[in-house]
Amino acid sequence: MTTRELSYSQAVQEALAIALENDPRVFLMGEDIGVYGGAFQVTGDLVARFGEDRVRDTPISELGGAGVAVGAALAGARPVYEFQFSDFATLAMEQIVNQAAKLRFMLGGKVSVPVVFRMPAGSGTGAAAQHSQSLEAWFGHVPGLKVVEPSTPEDAKGMLLAAIDDPDPVLVFEHKLLYKVKGHVPEGSYHTPLNKAAVRREGKNVTMVAAGIMVPKALAAAEVLAGEGIEAEVIDLRSIRPLDMDTIIASVKKTSRLICIHEGVKSYGIGAEISARISESEAFDCLDAPIMRLGGAEVPIPYSPILEKAAVPQEDDIVAGARKLLNGGL
Amino acid sequence: MATDVILPKVDMDMATGTVSKWYVADGDTVKKGQPVFDIETDKAAMEIESPADGVIRIRETRTGVALPIGEILAVIFAAGEAQKMDAPKAAAAASAATPAAKAAPAPEDKVVTISSSTSSQIRATPLARRLARQNGLTLGQITGSGPRGRIVAADVTSHSQAKPAAASLPVAPSTPAPEGLVVKPFDGMRKTIAQRLTQSKQTVPHFYLEATCTIDTLLAIRERLNATLTKSGKGKLSINDFIIKAMGVALQQVPAANVSYVDGGAAQHVSSDVGVAVSVEGGLFTPVVRNVETKTLSQISAEVKDLAARARDRKLQPSEYAGGSAAVSNLGMYGVEKFTAIINPPQASILAVGAAVERFVPVNKQPVLKTQMTVTLSVDHRTVDGALGAQLLQAFKTLIEDPALMLV
Repeated sequence: MTTRELSYSQAVQEALAIALENDPRVFLMGEDIGVYGGAFQVTGDLVARFGEDRVRDTPISELGGAGVAVGAALAGARPVYEFQFSDFATLAMEQIVNQAAKLRFMLGGKVSVPVVFRMPAGSGTGAAAQHSQSLEAWFGHVPGLKVVEPSTPEDAKGMLLAAIDDPDPVLVFEHKLLYKVKGHVPEGSYHTPLNKAAVRREGKNVTMVAAGIMVPKALAAAEVLAGEGIEAEVIDLRSIRPLDMDTIIASVKKTSRLICIHEGVKSYGIGAEISARISESEAFDCLDAPIMRLGGAEVPIPYSPILEKAAVPQEDDIVAGARKLLNGGL
Repeated sequence: MATDVILPKVDMDMATGTVSKWYVADGDTVKKGQPVFDIETDKAAMEIESPADGVIRIRETRTGVALPIGEILAVIFAAGEAQKMDAPKAAAAASAATPAAKAAPAPEDKVVTISSSTSSQIRATPLARRLARQNGLTLGQITGSGPRGRIVAADVTSHSQAKPAAASLPVAPSTPAPEGLVVKPFDGMRKTIAQRLTQSKQTVPHFYLEATCTIDTLLAIRERLNATLTKSGKGKLSINDFIIKAMGVALQQVPAANVSYVDGGAAQHVSSDVGVAVSVEGGLFTPVVRNVETKTLSQISAEVKDLAARARDRKLQPSEYAGGSAAVSNLGMYGVEKFTAIINPPQASILAVGAAVERFVPVNKQPVLKTQMTVTLSVDHRTVDGALGAQLLQAFKTLIEDPALMLV
């Protein structure tokens, strides 16, 4: 298996193409994913390659589209439904939360709902409050769903293929600013586990658990901190539900300090959950500082580019946070 | 916004502190910067100023009781703010009648929380607590370096390295008091002296070098200078001022001995910072004269007088007796001819100075009357070896026997 450089969005498209090629049960649905190629040009020319039956434009009704996807999954198909913006999943909560997540359990395991929802998420594109949210923590609260957030092109492809083959509903959050990021992507079909975090950089002074777009920011911050003698261990969370606590606990036992970094609003967020689980784990007795959370500000994402940037953690905030934690400021 | 008045950490070595006196009463209006209470640390008494303007509500009224660093002693409320705070401790409440008389009317939403004064009130990280447990240490013995005095793992590690026998330190002797005798409990300063000097004598490998210095030249110079200084109305120089200066210059001449012990190494000092042992009622201080090599004898003399006076009033700032690489202790005025002193860690040496005595010394097989004093240098063998210590003492002897050399 050789690798080459692809952008994140090319990697997602390649995963979709492989799935459409290999599995006749797979089909795509979403608004403007056909001839237009998708709101972020992720589906591109797939409609030309696989036809309108398998790359289906849907009306502007997220509830309707998601409902069809859940129904098709119940009937044995492997639908992949694209939301133009993950914010619009709020319109389809009934199908995602009340139907997809519940049916396997309510029907005694006699059915499964192998649907995939693709969720372009996050701020940084000037799309303002209704098109810039990071709502993954909401779905992390719902048993029956799997929620993943790949941060690299390689994982974007491997996790989407794993999600399509998974028997249960999976929400794949793709940060819009990552679409243009390039990286090595293996050829062919492969699965990246949907329940495993990845240690992206080893360090001994502080653990940074980052999700999605925060992974490259944490890695850049770790580079700056290394110049100051602070060795940060950066964990790419990859999966929001389930949480790979084993990897985080092992790291915190080593470093004694933890910073949780995510773009979603800090209150009731991923960092809060990880922090609580560390307190309940054997890693608690290894903590030598309070657990720090860096998350989105308590505001709707502003339209002003300056305020938009200020509303989510940036590399400088991570560097400053780590310095504060290491120098006993918290 | 309400501002907490906490028991501050004013001294590196301090784990607990004692309020010796309140200047304000519960319910008083205070201004930022106004003295509110005196803190008595192991070594000094200091005034603590109000951190804010407002009405002060005192929560911990006890004086003379050792309290953990970071303890909230009082809360200052801004004008018009609801005065919501924890109740004073039960023990204190009974004796707080006087200040309570001046208290502002109790607000309806007053929250009453009686907390127990156990080690759970000491701020420490989970890792620090676990390490302390594993090493059999009590958190109260450990000084926290984190925010608000929080004890972190490194504090426990350095504590257990510094004091391997902490648990058995004979600070409080297990010897019971003989019947019929009154026991005067140690105050903070005596406790510190007992603890630090026991630690020094037990853990610092001392060795001693002795030299006899002939000081007739010094005495003649001193007499001449003092005659001039007196005429111009300036303060006289003591022999000790010359000794401090000679020690400072000697440390410059033998820089390898101008060091202090740190964990796993020796810190190289640049300036000559020389401690001077000052006897005070009930104990002693060793304030440090900085940059001795750059100062004139008159400057040193004036500075020592000032430091000694403030030491006697226990008004020295902790920073004034911290640091240094060497010290001088002089008991000559009591007629003591020679003695050995205990090193004041982390300094590397201390010079014990005896009395000036007239002796017949053979010169060309003839007895000649000379004035001599015996000095004994105690040296920390971890940082300074015998030959190096000898070089330092030799440099000192050369300078003190011919003080004009200090000019070059």
